[in-house]
Amino acid sequence: MSALLELRGVSLSFGGLQVLDSLDLHVDEGEIVSVIGPNGAGKTTLFNVVTGLYRPDRGEILLDGESIVGLATNAIATRGVARTFQTIRLFLNMTVKENVMAATYGKTRAGPLRSILRTPGVRREEREVAALAEEKLGFFGQRLMGYRWDQPAYSLSYANRRRLEIARATAVNPRILLLDEPAAGMNPVETHEITELIGTLRTDGGYTILVIEHDMHVVEGISDRVVALDHGVKIAEGTFDAVATDPRVIEAYLGTKAAVST
Amino acid sequence: MPQLPIEEQGTGGQPRIGTDEWVASVEERRQRRGGLVGSLLEQWQRLPLWAPLLAVAAFGLLFPFLTESDYVVRVGFNALVFALLALGLNIVVGYAGLLDLGYIAFFGFGAYAYALLSSNKFDVHLPTIPSVLIVVVASALLGLLLGLPSGRVTGDYLAIVTLFFAQIFVTFTTNANRIIPPWRDTPIDLTGGPNGIGGVDPFSVFGVEAIAVSSYFYIALVLVVLGMLGLHILSESRTGRAWKAVREDPLAAEAMTIPVFKLKLLAFAFGAATAGLTGSLFAAQQIGVFPQNFELPLLITIYAMVILGGAGSIPGVVLGAITITVALEVLRGPDDARLLFYGAILLGLAIAIRPWQRLVAVLTGTAVFGFLVHLIVGSLWPRGTARVAAEGEGLVGTLVEAWVLLPTQPGTIGNVAFVMLVASVLVMTLLRPVWRPVALVPSLYLAAFVWENRLIFQPSVTRLLILGALLVVLMNARPQGLFGTARVEIV
Repeated sequence: MSALLELRGVSLSFGGLQVLDSLDLHVDEGEIVSVIGPNGAGKTTLFNVVTGLYRPDRGEILLDGESIVGLATNAIATRGVARTFQTIRLFLNMTVKENVMAATYGKTRAGPLRSILRTPGVRREEREVAALAEEKLGFFGQRLMGYRWDQPAYSLSYANRRRLEIARATAVNPRILLLDEPAAGMNPVETHEITELIGTLRTDGGYTILVIEHDMHVVEGISDRVVALDHGVKIAEGTFDAVATDPRVIEAYLGTKAAVST
Repeated sequence: MPQLPIEEQGTGGQPRIGTDEWVASVEERRQRRGGLVGSLLEQWQRLPLWAPLLAVAAFGLLFPFLTESDYVVRVGFNALVFALLALGLNIVVGYAGLLDLGYIAFFGFGAYAYALLSSNKFDVHLPTIPSVLIVVVASALLGLLLGLPSGRVTGDYLAIVTLFFAQIFVTFTTNANRIIPPWRDTPIDLTGGPNGIGGVDPFSVFGVEAIAVSSYFYIALVLVVLGMLGLHILSESRTGRAWKAVREDPLAAEAMTIPVFKLKLLAFAFGAATAGLTGSLFAAQQIGVFPQNFELPLLITIYAMVILGGAGSIPGVVLGAITITVALEVLRGPDDARLLFYGAILLGLAIAIRPWQRLVAVLTGTAVFGFLVHLIVGSLWPRGTARVAAEGEGLVGTLVEAWVLLPTQPGTIGNVAFVMLVASVLVMTLLRPVWRPVALVPSLYLAAFVWENRLIFQPSVTRLLILGALLVVLMNARPQGLFGTARVEIV
């Protein structure tokens, strides 16, 4: 099976700092891959490179065999790469439903002039977009349903904001979902729920998922494969158990002494 | 991070009332505190859009019949022109969140373009409809062009860059009466320079010419109603959502399939097209265009309207436009201006001073203080109270004469008092809260003195001063504007 997302020798430096160093990575269709690594390892930069916010200095990024290097961020998103952010970035002063509906822009057609005239095509599209948004919000049980649709996103609790951000990303109709620390700042119950949710996103939503996570329980619970980064270099790859006991990973997290003593 | 309640664990039932519901209802609780004004505003916000639309249309239809005076209808026309401009600016500023200070140039461009296409200037007389259509399209294209910097320049920087466009436009129109192109020796007069372009064709559709102000009033009314409707539909559409997303978080919008730069250009184009259309209407009504019609104070006025009404709110910006136009007109007459002056002070005090007992104490104190000063000065220096109140007839005049010192030669002493007033306001901000009401009493009296002896004789200056003061008071009471919704920026 060919990889859905593949990075070949991707390098990026900011001035003298090598953030990503000839990174190879692949995510197969239907897989859940976790990226771990200490702070500053280049995990979020990896996401930013894949989504086109940064252009890599060298290397190839292939989505379904086609290169997406150099495409605009919105074009990459429209091709099926959706993401969430480490620091939640919602459209705070828009309603919950509008947040999700806004993400369908790339897949819809209605132009401003046709919208003003409210042609039948435009109205049908609006109905479809609204239905899609309701369906995506329904993914979270009752948490983002009912009266919450018409409330501004800023009125949501922290955990619900994280959920809404995931709902918004799924409204892009992505091939692959990039989740940047979905469990950050969650309490144990919510963390557990997120772990289950990521599984459901694959089984029910059919998404391929690449996730950055610090919480090792979450990583253990969801991952088919784990990739460990340090200073922009892939230092380990494999099952959770293999990566978690890899001396280089322990060294990256805890220092040389700890790695030697194990 | 706030402590979150542990909600039901995956039972799929109704969520219990938790912290976020309490947070969610904060808006309602805040408005309920606003008393009568608050509840009225709340009611207004609940109205569907057709209600204010119908109100504007109905009032507008009747308006020219309510008055005999052409002057009043002209003020109404001006208000509607400003409402159109505010609606256009609302797209750029309210929805897309782009601080475009070059907006006024599109208004001017529309007016000049119409004047060039349909006037005696070059003896080109295109019929109204094609001419206006060309103007609108050309304005939109110019909007695209001037929107180009917004790809890289954002926020305050964009404001400064676009501000230059506004300035360039005025400079260009003032000086483009002696352009010497390379292929000619004699200069071409393109814009008429400081004298502008006269002899602009009035609007004329199907052989009917619009000459009277009331005709233009109706044309503007139709455009305002259509504009409100179109903008409302647009704001709920795919494009409107994308604009708001760009305003809220451009980076997230880009990652959610929205081409941010394209939407910024689109907002510029729509705003410019609206302004250009308004410009052609303005030129046709005025039968001429002049560079000084499009200077910066006008831009500031339009911004004041949008901000007063609440950026992003359609009925808000229209009401803001009407309010400010009418207020500026009313302030031309010293009699009404006086009413507004004291009214603004009272309103400001009523908002700032709580509880009401303290307010009553300050007002009574000021009244007594005034009569005492008047009594003392009157007995020591009779000329200090000798003058007759300006523009004061009946009760108001008598009261002013009995309360405020009116020296026979108010010039120098008025100026000194003005400086003292400004100083006393500044000092007051430094005082401890306990002493502020005490210091307020003489300051208020000083304000009345300055008003009656100095400001009332210079309406052109004072009306802007009072409008500014009114805006400060109103925006303090409602920072989001009359009908705007408060933006939350804190995550």
